[in-house]
Parts: sequence; C-alpha cells; structure tokens
Amino acid sequence: MKLDRRRFILSAAAGSAVATAGALFPGISFADWPKITGNSGVVSWQKAPCRFCGTGCGVLVGVVEGRAVAVKGDPNCSVNKGLCCMKGYHSVQALYGADRLTKAKIRKNGEMVEVPIAEALDLVAAKLKETRDKHGKNSVAIYGSGQWTIPDGYVASKLFKGCLGTNNVEANARLCMSSAVTGFMTTFGIDEPMGCYEDIDNANVFITWGNNMAEMHPVLFSRMLANRKRRTNVKIIDFATRTTRTSAAADKSILFKPQTDLAVANAICHEIIANDWVNWNFVGEHVSFHKGKTNIGYGTEDNFAFTDQDEAIGFEDYKKFLADYSPEKVEKISGVSAKDIKYMAALYGDPALKVTSFWCMGMNQHTRGTWINNLVYNIHLLVGKISTPGNSPFSLTGQPSACGTVREVGTLTHALPHGTVTDEHDRKMAAEIWGVPVENIDPKPTYHTVEMFRALDRGEIKFMWIQVTNPMVTLPNLKRYRNGAKKEGHFLVVSDVYPTPTTDVADVILPAAMWIEKEGLYGNSERRTQHFGQIVNPPGEAMSDTWQIIEVARRLGFEKQFPWSPENYIEKIWEEYRRFHAGPKHEMASYQVLSERSGVQWPFVNGKETRWRFNPKYDPACTNGKAFDFYGKKDNRAWIWARPYEPAAESPDSDYPFWLNTGRVIEHWHTGTMTRRIPVLHNAMPSSYVELNPEDAADLGVVNGEKVKIISRRGEVTIPAQINGRGVPPRGMVFVPFFDESYLINEVTLDAFCPISKQPDYKKCAVRLEKA
Amino acid sequence: MPIFSYLAIPRSGAKESLCAELSALEYCRVIPAENHEVVVLVTEAPDETSEEALQGKLKKLQGLQSLSLAFGYDEKLGRK
Ligand code: SF4
Repeated sequence: MKLDRRRFILSAAAGSAVATAGALFPGISFADWPKITGNSGVVSWQKAPCRFCGTGCGVLVGVVEGRAVAVKGDPNCSVNKGLCCMKGYHSVQALYGADRLTKAKIRKNGEMVEVPIAEALDLVAAKLKETRDKHGKNSVAIYGSGQWTIPDGYVASKLFKGCLGTNNVEANARLCMSSAVTGFMTTFGIDEPMGCYEDIDNANVFITWGNNMAEMHPVLFSRMLANRKRRTNVKIIDFATRTTRTSAAADKSILFKPQTDLAVANAICHEIIANDWVNWNFVGEHVSFHKGKTNIGYGTEDNFAFTDQDEAIGFEDYKKFLADYSPEKVEKISGVSAKDIKYMAALYGDPALKVTSFWCMGMNQHTRGTWINNLVYNIHLLVGKISTPGNSPFSLTGQPSACGTVREVGTLTHALPHGTVTDEHDRKMAAEIWGVPVENIDPKPTYHTVEMFRALDRGEIKFMWIQVTNPMVTLPNLKRYRNGAKKEGHFLVVSDVYPTPTTDVADVILPAAMWIEKEGLYGNSERRTQHFGQIVNPPGEAMSDTWQIIEVARRLGFEKQFPWSPENYIEKIWEEYRRFHAGPKHEMASYQVLSERSGVQWPFVNGKETRWRFNPKYDPACTNGKAFDFYGKKDNRAWIWARPYEPAAESPDSDYPFWLNTGRVIEHWHTGTMTRRIPVLHNAMPSSYVELNPEDAADLGVVNGEKVKIISRRGEVTIPAQINGRGVPPRGMVFVPFFDESYLINEVTLDAFCPISKQPDYKKCAVRLEKA
Repeated sequence: MPIFSYLAIPRSGAKESLCAELSALEYCRVIPAENHEVVVLVTEAPDETSEEALQGKLKKLQGLQSLSLAFGYDEKLGRK
C-alpha cells in the first residue's frame, strides 16, 4: 500500500468512527480529528447516492488507481449533509467480494459453464422468442427490483410492455411498498409523499408507526435525535409491536398487538372528534368521506381477485362508523391502554404541535396495508396537519429506487411510466413515446409478484428474467416458489453480481455491473432523483442491466426502439423517459441538471424543486386558489376512508401459539448478498438469530445462542436464540432477520397479501417453537 | 495491513486514563471527544499477527467499558 493511500484510508477510518459517534451522541465534537484526516492528494472523489437504502444519502466515493477505496458523506446533499451510516461508509467494499460474477454462465447438461456474454445473450433472446412464439406473449416475464436504476426499469418496461406486449413486468418493490402506493392513490389520487426530509427539522412530534428507524433509516433517525437535542419541544413516540433501538431512544414506547394498528388509528380519530380537535376549515374545504368493501380476504388462494368499490359517505356516517373504536374498546383489542391512545390523539390534536408520522414495512407489509395507510392519513387530514413544514404523514421506502424505478417508471403489471395500462390515454402516450403500435400495449394487467411466481409454479410462465433481486430468499412461503422454479420446462435468466440461491436455480447467469460501475439514476423516498456516473470499471464481462436488456431487445429485432450507443445511452433514455412526466405535477429535471447536483426533487418546475406538494406556497401545480389543492382526485379533495379493523390472515392458536415477525438489521442490506461480503459488516453481524422474549425463552428452557426450531404450517427453520439483544419482542412473539441465506425464514412465512396492493405480510404468521 | 476504527466507551470517570492506556499501545491513535465520554480509536497494525496481539491487549484494558467497530479495511477484501 502506498503511503498516501494508507493515510487516506486512515482518514476514512477516523471519519467513519467520528460520524458513527455523531449519530449516537448528537452534538459530539472531536477537536483532534482534522490532524488525522489530511487529504492525501491522490484520491479523486465523485458523487453518487448510496445504494443501501431508500433514504438516498449522497456519498462521495474516493478512487485510487481505478479502485473505489472509501466513502464519505456528501456535504452538498441535503438528505444527509455529510453523514452516513455504517452500510454507507463500507459500501464500496461490496464491489470487491472474491466471488464476484465476472463471466456469463449457461446450463449445459445440468452443469453451469462459463461462456462469452454475447453467447449467453444470444441464448436469452432465442429462448425468449421461442417461448413467446410457442406459448403466447404472457408466457414470458421479467422480475426486477427497487434497486434497478431508473434506466434499467424503463428499458425493461419498454421491451416487455411496449414491444413484446405482455404486462408480465413486476419488481420486488411489490413486496415492500405497494401498500404505500395504493394508500396514496386511494387517499390522494397521486403517488408519493407530499413532504420531504425538511419536515424533520420542523416537527415537534415524531410518531414512528411500526418503523425501527434507528436501524432501517439511521441517518434520518440521527437527524430526528439531533433536532430533539437542539430544540426543546421535540418528542419521539415509538408505536410498535416489539421493543427496538428506536424504542430505546424514543421519549415514549407504546406496544400494540400485531394488526391492531388499524383499530388504534381509528380510536385516535374517534378521540379527535370526541374532543372537537377537528380542523373544520380544512376538513370542510379539502376533505371528502368514503367507505369501501369489507371482509376482503387474504389472497392465499391461487388466482385470488379483488376490486374495491368506493362509496361516498358523510361526516356523520364516518362518526357513526368510529363509534366502535372508542379508546376503551380498542384497549381490549390492541393491548394499548386507553390512556396511551388518548395521549397520541392529544399530540395529533394539539394545534400548537407539528406532527410527522413515519412508517415503512410495518404498515406496508400488512394484509390490510392499504387500509392502515389510509387510516394514518385520516388522522392527519382530520386535524389538517399535512403539506406544511413539519406536518407530514411520511411513508418511507426501503430500497434506493423503489420510488424512482418502480413507482415512477411503473414497473408493475398494471402500470406505465405515466398512468396505467387500463387507461387508453396512458397507453396512447406510451405507444407514441416508445414508437410502437398502441395495440401492442395490453390493457389488462396480468400477474402481481406473488401470483407471478404462482404462475411459474403452475407452468403458465415458462420464461422469466430476474434482475437485481434474490426471490429465492425473499418470497414468502418460499418452499412452494423454489420448488416451482426448479420444475422442468422453465427457462430462468438471472442477472446478478454474486452467486445467490436465485442464481442456483438459473439456466443462464448474466454478470451485472454494480452501482458505480455503471451510470444510472435512483429516486429516493422524498421524490429526489439522483444521478451517478460510472466511477470504476465493472469486472470481467459484467454489464449494466440496462445494456443487457438493450442487447436482447436488438437481437429480437427492436433496434428502432433501442437505438442508443454505449457512450450516452443513459442520457438518451432519461430524456426519453422524462417526456412521460412533463407538466407541473411531475416535471423531472434535465439530465444536465441532474448530473451536476446531488439529487433534485420533482416536480422540478422553472428551475425550482417542490418541497411540499398540494400547498400553493411551494407547489406550482396548485391552481384552485385555496390554501391547499389536492389535485390528484377529481373532487380536488383528499379522501378520508372508513376502514375497519380486520384480523390477520393467520393468528396464533393452540397449535401455533406465537406470532412470527421478520425484518432487517442495520448491518445488512436485504438478503445480505453484498453486505455479508463486507468484512466489517459481516463480522459485526455474522449470522441470523431468533429474538425471544426472556420469559418465553425461560419457559422453553433456552439460553442465548442455543438453537430453537421455528415451525409453521409451511415449513421450519432451526436457528440460534437471542435473548435481550438489540430487540425484545413481547411474550408470544418472535422476530427473525431475513438477511442470512443459511436460515431461510421465508420457508416459514405465509404468502397472504393485502387484496388491494397485493403486498405480502411478512410481519405476521403463526408458529410454534421447540428447543432444538 | 489492517486498519480499523472503533468507538471506545470508558468506564465511568476513566476517560483520561483510557486515553493514556490506548496512546501507550503500539499502532493506536486516539481522538477523544471534547464533550462526551467517548473516544475514537484508530488502529493500523502492520500485519495480522500484530493485529491479533493488539486485540488481546485491548481486551485487557482496565479503563475500557466497551469497544464498537466503526470501520474496517483489510487488503483481503471480499471474505464472505
Ligand atoms: S442511511 Fe441508507 S442511504 Fe444513508 S448511508 Fe445508510 S444505508 Fe446508505
């Protein structure tokens, strides 16, 4: 190692520790730090968004001799203002795992053999064509990711929906945020948060709804803590089903029984009305009341179908509906004391307090995910705390481009880059921009993610291309879908950067360029589009996912639709794509602007970003002349929904007496395929575990580290116990992180989903425990 | 050539003595916080053997309550 480079890494090491200390102890200062962090002068720094969560921190990647060696927070990025979490600081090391996929492989006589990538792409195109010709357009599918860049998702949609005529396009973001989308669409008629991270600097009260932000959105959580330290009137309330690091840092931790957040949200509204804390001016001008179908099912059966039907109701009907949700009644269902429900209602109801609610997977991975999103909006709408700085119902995303690629590009079966396949105007717009006949675009959605893998199992889908995701670890009720994927008669293509349980079942593996090895764009949780250039070269024959799709499209004869050159294809794709969003509601910045800045928020109109939507002080799309304009809905109002409490798809009983809850840990990204190859992160959290309540552990006779068998109606896993670790579930619940492929907890989970969003519930199923 | 950084939390009232103990160890650089009982420790052992020996010494320090890793760099990147 050269001296300069060594000094440079020392400085990165010191910077990382100082930043970690800053996250844990807001306001901490280190006078001697600069002595160790002198710039070596041989490092070039280039901007990129971090690829390890939906927060979208800006990072500066330090490159020495063509190798990315360090990361520091980008001080010019308003998301994180120079701070990162441990995943961000170590992110570049994920590029250099010893077993990186650098060559294409194809299955020959049961064995995977290396071939030139051009040969593998020939085979992919030939198989795609053959399958489509023989079995019809809906026998082929592509399954992508919220880690797809925007161009990746765009070309996938253009090829499959526009050229091949199938709506078999889905992405793993279906598993993480589709309830957020349907929540937005049903309440506001338009997707994505109205607020932005500046809400954190303005709110007095933060309520985290089933959202362990301390581990999952650590940089935003640090910003909350820093605000609490700096300002005297800031409180954090953690409302959750288990005690976590977020609960420990909160001013108050309130636990509820799984699924009963529905009842508690209604009880808060009951209390707001009972105390006349309703903002009548706001409600009178900007809100309408509705109800939908009830007893809507859980989707556990194949070919499950559901369509909601809204019915307008009046305020009095809504009030009558809430009569079942007095705090005293809801205490019995939820385990939350009437006193605590009233306390939360009083925070929302106090006109002097600005309140921001945060949520992520706890509310979205929920068999009534759309409903609970609606219900939290109801609270904010009743008191008029929305679309102003600090007053924000804020749905966070988990993945770096779940918003940018999946929601905005529309890489879901029903969606297009603008609007939906069912809408003739939207189909015409897509056909015109894509240069394809409008008849190519099928007006009927096909399979959402769970149903797509069911269709693979049933043999209806015969060709599937999977990019940037690892469904053979992440699908719920995994055994069924893995067995389905292994069946004869399928052809599976997997593009990835490392071997995974999903590449294990592939017929073709395409080595992918990762993150800063290619140019791309992400879109984060606060409507921020973030461009990054290619900073280092990909290894071997690894190729960007976008370019892989372009290569296959051209082999299928779609040169006209995919005419770009390797030198500037990202710019050209971006400029084509942003035509879909022209206009003040969703105008995107130009390639030029994006490449210069550390992220730009849309709508970007006349050179100005929009911080708060629906508020004419900030949002140029407001035209009604009133204080707010909820222009997504035809009645120009936000909708309050009467949505009841309904139980989970599977609850504990005498045979399976425990709830199983699953999720993430701070050290690892999703299935750990990248972060487990980063030595520091791997050593900090080398394997998964089951969190047990200490009293349940004592009843079972297990101590820390001893193995426990978790058994459900679908499968079992044997895994070490963790008692009184970083998270503690209440009695009757266990929690297992899903990052570790050695313990496939999704063989145990249930593939029930929200009938409206089709997002599965990974937080609730019934299990029993045995000492192993 | 491993380089690591840590947050070192001293036992109650032992920040000064912990800084002295750490500074006395070979391959250690110490950055004490001005306003918290926290110390940043950066280690740069020349090889794995020295790193292991250093780890042994760190574990025995009287004034140290806990040590949490914040950053690690090793030439042998990519171990899974
Ligand atoms: S908070 Fe998320 S985006 Fe920010 S550094 Fe950590 S992983 Fe990356």
